[in-house]
Amino acid sequence: MPPKLQELLDDLAMFPDRADRIEALIGFSREYRHPSPEEVPRTETARVPGCESEVFMGLSDGRFRFAVDNPQGVSAMALARILEGGLEARPADVPDDLVYQVFGRELSMGKSMGLTNMVRMVREAAKAS
Amino acid sequence: MSDIAERGYALPDVLVSTSWVQQRLNDPDVRIVESNEDPLLYATGHVPGAVEIDWTRDLNDPLRRDYLDKERFEALMAKNGIDNDTTVVFYGDKNNWWATYAAWVFLLFGHENIRIMDGGRKKWTDEGRPTTTERAAPAATTYTAPVRDDSEFRAFRDGVMKHVVEGKKLIDVRSPQEFSGERTHMPDYPNEGALRGGHIPGARSVPWAKAVAEDGTFRSADELRTIYQDGAGLAPADDVIVYCRIGERSSHTWFVLRYLLGYPNVRNYDGSWTEWGNLVGAPIEK
Repeated sequence: MPPKLQELLDDLAMFPDRADRIEALIGFSREYRHPSPEEVPRTETARVPGCESEVFMGLSDGRFRFAVDNPQGVSAMALARILEGGLEARPADVPDDLVYQVFGRELSMGKSMGLTNMVRMVREAAKAS
Repeated sequence: MSDIAERGYALPDVLVSTSWVQQRLNDPDVRIVESNEDPLLYATGHVPGAVEIDWTRDLNDPLRRDYLDKERFEALMAKNGIDNDTTVVFYGDKNNWWATYAAWVFLLFGHENIRIMDGGRKKWTDEGRPTTTERAAPAATTYTAPVRDDSEFRAFRDGVMKHVVEGKKLIDVRSPQEFSGERTHMPDYPNEGALRGGHIPGARSVPWAKAVAEDGTFRSADELRTIYQDGAGLAPADDVIVYCRIGERSSHTWFVLRYLLGYPNVRNYDGSWTEWGNLVGAPIEK
């Protein structure tokens, strides 16, 4: 697990209550900064598959960046902020169940898969680089 | 989209506009309920006074694949300030996909005084109507529910099998790729949830989102008749079962057929493809 990502997960683990955790995740989403098309080009190859929040991934200044173009995509923004803050340019050992660790079990399969694809795309990009 | 009253619905009172809701924000006889797929949305801002009902946490039995029982439903109603006479207005994300699902569960307990806010959460926010992050805390009520009655609105696998044998109408509201068997889940998502791909024999494919216009509101009755009657061969007197993967998308179509087109005999098969696609001995078509 990348150390910074572990720190963020440890922070979240301090909120066992569902409402508190939701507030913490919303806090992450508010820290998310929407990148320009120059920073993250909105191309088909950059698009995260299955993510209804219109999410694109790119590499900017040596770090992974996510463009969440749907203003209602709060969960995607929170996860983007966690991934951006918790990963180095070549992340190793990002856990398969990261979405579960962040959001818990209360996600629909559709929502869960869209978010999981954000993680998968990072892992595949890291492997390929 | 035109005013709801001009769209020719069979039971128009069940669908209400955003302005109708805004005029009733302080009406003690009305409880507004937000029900979303995204569990973070409610806390980022919601219709003032709206309570949140979460489809996994609040509506499902924690230990068996079923909905909550009478006692849990009564407790849920009491906690959210809903009594037996309260008008409950549902709205949510995904064009009210989850709102209609929640409303369908309420109807299993005989709470017929329900409304759906046309256009859902997106229309409310797009119109710049007021929102708050303050979680509603209504005074607790006393609610007396009957034992849940699934017979009118819910279908089970044995009933679906009989329905198939009798050649009655089925509507599959999943994506065309799921219907054809190319995929067992939504496009771009991993193939999970069922061993086989395809559809229940005899089903016609009408993806649920066809019932919704560009702005997220429901299409007019004439447009819906074109889709479901001319396009899928349904008639108002038909005995119809709708299904999807777990019964959530199909609750949206169930609402359209039952209330907007006024079909009296429509049931939602919530076992849907996750049950049928894994069921030993069940026939499928591709």
